[in-house]
Amino acid sequence: MSTSLSTISYLGATILFILCLGGLSHPETARRGNLYGIVGMAIAVVATVFGPQVTAGGLPYIVAAMVVGAAVGLYAARVVRMTQMPELVALMHSLVGLAAMLVGYANFVDPAVAAKLTPAEKAIHEFEMYVGVLIGAVTFSGSVIAFGKLSGRISGKPMLLPGRHWLNLAGLVLVVWFGYRFVMAHGVAEGMVPMIVMTVVALLFGVHMVMAIGGADMPVVVSMLNSYSGWAAAATGFMLSNDLLIVVGALVGSSGAILSYIMCAAMNRNFLSVIAGGFGTDGGAPAAGGGAAQPVGEVNPISAGETAELLREAKSVIVVPGYGMAVAQAQHTVCEITKVLRERGVNVRFGIHPVAGRMPGHMNVLLAEAKVPYDIVFEMDELNEDFPDTDVAIVIGANDIVNPAAQEDPTSPIAGMPVLEVWKAKTSVVMKRSMASGYAGVDNPLFYKDNNRMLFGDAKKMLDEVLAALKS
Amino acid sequence: MALTIGVPREVQPGEKRVATVPDVVEKLIKQGFRVAVEAGAGDGAQIGDDAYRAAGADVVADRAQLWSLADIVFKVRAPDPAEVGLLREGGMLVSFIWPAQNPDLMKALAARKATVLAMDSVPRISRAQKLDALSSMANIAGYRAVIEAAHQFGRFFTGSITAAGKVPPAKVFVIGAGVAGLAAIGAASGLGAIVRANDTRPEVADQVKSMGGEFVGVDYVEEGSGVGGYAKVMSEGFQKAQRDVFAKQAKDVDIIITTALIPGKPAPRLITEEMVKSMKQGSVIVDMAAEQGGNCELTVPGEIVVRHGVTIIGYADLPSRLARQASTLYATNLLRLCEDLVKTKSIEGDAIHIDMQDEVLRGTTVIDRGEITWPPPPPKLSAAPPAAKAATPVAAPKAHGHGKAKGAMAPGRAAVYFGAGALLFLLIGAFAPASFIGHFTVFVLACFVGYMVVWNVTPALHTPLMSVTNAVSSIIAIGALVQIAPDLAQVSADLSRPGEWIRWLSVGAIVLATVNMFGGFAVTRRMLDMFRK
Repeated sequence: MSTSLSTISYLGATILFILCLGGLSHPETARRGNLYGIVGMAIAVVATVFGPQVTAGGLPYIVAAMVVGAAVGLYAARVVRMTQMPELVALMHSLVGLAAMLVGYANFVDPAVAAKLTPAEKAIHEFEMYVGVLIGAVTFSGSVIAFGKLSGRISGKPMLLPGRHWLNLAGLVLVVWFGYRFVMAHGVAEGMVPMIVMTVVALLFGVHMVMAIGGADMPVVVSMLNSYSGWAAAATGFMLSNDLLIVVGALVGSSGAILSYIMCAAMNRNFLSVIAGGFGTDGGAPAAGGGAAQPVGEVNPISAGETAELLREAKSVIVVPGYGMAVAQAQHTVCEITKVLRERGVNVRFGIHPVAGRMPGHMNVLLAEAKVPYDIVFEMDELNEDFPDTDVAIVIGANDIVNPAAQEDPTSPIAGMPVLEVWKAKTSVVMKRSMASGYAGVDNPLFYKDNNRMLFGDAKKMLDEVLAALKS
Repeated sequence: MALTIGVPREVQPGEKRVATVPDVVEKLIKQGFRVAVEAGAGDGAQIGDDAYRAAGADVVADRAQLWSLADIVFKVRAPDPAEVGLLREGGMLVSFIWPAQNPDLMKALAARKATVLAMDSVPRISRAQKLDALSSMANIAGYRAVIEAAHQFGRFFTGSITAAGKVPPAKVFVIGAGVAGLAAIGAASGLGAIVRANDTRPEVADQVKSMGGEFVGVDYVEEGSGVGGYAKVMSEGFQKAQRDVFAKQAKDVDIIITTALIPGKPAPRLITEEMVKSMKQGSVIVDMAAEQGGNCELTVPGEIVVRHGVTIIGYADLPSRLARQASTLYATNLLRLCEDLVKTKSIEGDAIHIDMQDEVLRGTTVIDRGEITWPPPPPKLSAAPPAAKAATPVAAPKAHGHGKAKGAMAPGRAAVYFGAGALLFLLIGAFAPASFIGHFTVFVLACFVGYMVVWNVTPALHTPLMSVTNAVSSIIAIGALVQIAPDLAQVSADLSRPGEWIRWLSVGAIVLATVNMFGGFAVTRRMLDMFRK
């Protein structure tokens, strides 16, 4: 394959990738978008393998590596449960980060690359290489920690080291200093030490950065790491003078950054304060305990049978799912209950908070899996005004996103975050395992409201009972 | 010091409504306003001054004093010239204005440096429904139209068989199934009449049914929905088919209620004199479009006339005839507007500064501090403003600042961004070698494309989008592929190249990237298969 042909193939692949991301904006076009992505990727890989930069000697290695990778990837995609999706995505980001690191090192130890460059080009090339490995390393270790937090292997509480901002700053200074040494170094052996030191610092920085971010902010972190993996690819593209890598990396990087931004806006939080970490610390209020306005009062428990009774008499019901529904795998039962109620003429709708769950759009995916028609699933803004006319609002395993303190208590760490106003419904029912506070560590005054009922227990088990009572 | 809301008595003869009611006064005070009401303001709506006093309002006897006292004036009808003269220089007024019909009034208000919010200009989007006073009033008018018709109609609405003989049910035909039409259908069927309704928009058939009416369609295919859910002018062929339907109904029904309006145009003439002649003696027509010229040829605006034995009601003040209800709903609409004003910080402490970035407030505000801002720009299509886009080049790989999402940036800030961007570009242009510039161009343009493509994604698809971008980022495999076995012919042989090292590092990278590639696309596919209607 000639150079022109492979460049044109790259162009085709680029267009397909853009169409792919564009297609993902709407449910109708999303599947086709994914197909464009697959075709684009296939073209890119084939054009590279048979292009001028790869000789026949590499083919066996490539085929073997791709077969192994494909088998593992397809297996993982098949067995993963929808509730584990956030972890899987985080884990996959780490793979891209690690791959970027390896590519950077491979490029670094190859003297053939630098041999034909002018001094200015060489300096830039080395800088690109350094940045590529740096971003790759941060993405890798950050994603691994995010994976640990999302899968519950590491505590979701933010770990705040004393003087953490100074630690980060020191890391940055180190990285810049060794970057200077690296670019100035002659030959591979001399550059190796700064490179390795930088890699270690970057890995530690990634760990530290994600450790400091609270569980409630995880959706933002996942999408930010997504963005990083794109920038890593773009940096690699600069290093290898490969436009395809640059374009696709920039596409992924900027789209991830925008997604993070959109989510921060949805939580009414500043992007920088999320990244700087430590939920609630920027507000000056203690993260746990809710500060001055500790809610007091009695909670009113309710049984599954009584809940079914409430639902049977209701004309309009809004369901607010949260992470608890995902954990309990209750989405299918929720769908069943919805079906039964809709057959009886009850207007059932779903209210989705933009940051419900542990990654953006998490709830939509689960409800879609359970085959809840997506035209009864609404966003917070579309639904919030309807709560006063709603008979029953059911909160399934959500806490912070329905916390009235966000509106009523200016000292609360989540003050100003938009929430679903379930307490305005005639009756609200909260399903929860216990009275424990949510991911943000803030107590919820909703539980103590007069028109609120608490249905304690595992969401799946309780909903099954509600369903049985409804059908009888 | 809290802002004072002043509520004067309506001066237009026959206007019985008032812009606030005691329940709402309490809520306004809770929000931190002070409320002053002119003595006797609520008389027409059967609300005494004492009720306002009990709710916490100050009752002011002197008209001029009330106007000078008020930071914000709430009214129902558009102010007359005398009232404009009373409005404080730089004050704020909330009422119906009808800016298109009243250019002189707009000029006079602008000359007073006033800020004016027109309740008739609230944009028709779902978020603004709670302050849609036009709908509230139309609802009341529809109900009242039926009551007026019943008053003039010499028979029961319900059919029944009594010892004194059989009473046939009244047949009511409603033209136009907007808010007013639907309210009329509901009220008439509630009284027991047989109700039929027609509308140019076929999709309202279900709504008609839900109110207890029967939809009478026009057998002619043409889409009748205009912008914002209002009706539009129909073609000649449709109009003829429609007239045939109306002529047939006119012979059969006892009561016709017409509500057909097209925004900014005179009301369509739907009921001809011929049709009126063909109606039974004692029938009633309520022409709710009387103020805009009437749907019936024989309507006299503001009056009841009898023509060819048919009573034609042309009242233009139906909401005012149910003054207490109308006042309550209108006052609640205004309360919701106040909540929005406070929420968007348009009112903060003593300062009034309307947030023109808020779509609802932007549409409602027709004069902003003496500057006429009507008509508003058309409903926004979600694209971000150009200033924010222009700031993107500054977003070098690790900076995530994409400008402000909502609204245009302040000019000062935009200038700073542009300056920084220009400096950065200058530096790169001055020092970087040519080969780098090429790649850099591609990079910056790709960042833009990513921004444009992703900005409009629906929240429901965030997870699949993330998963697909993750899959796409395994393009990094290309980086490993080109290193695994490069063409070494052009490289001088004396370089000691650790070929094995490079190869195995690359193989490792390919495996990792391929896991991601296949896994990512497969997972995305699995997720997308689940999204269905």
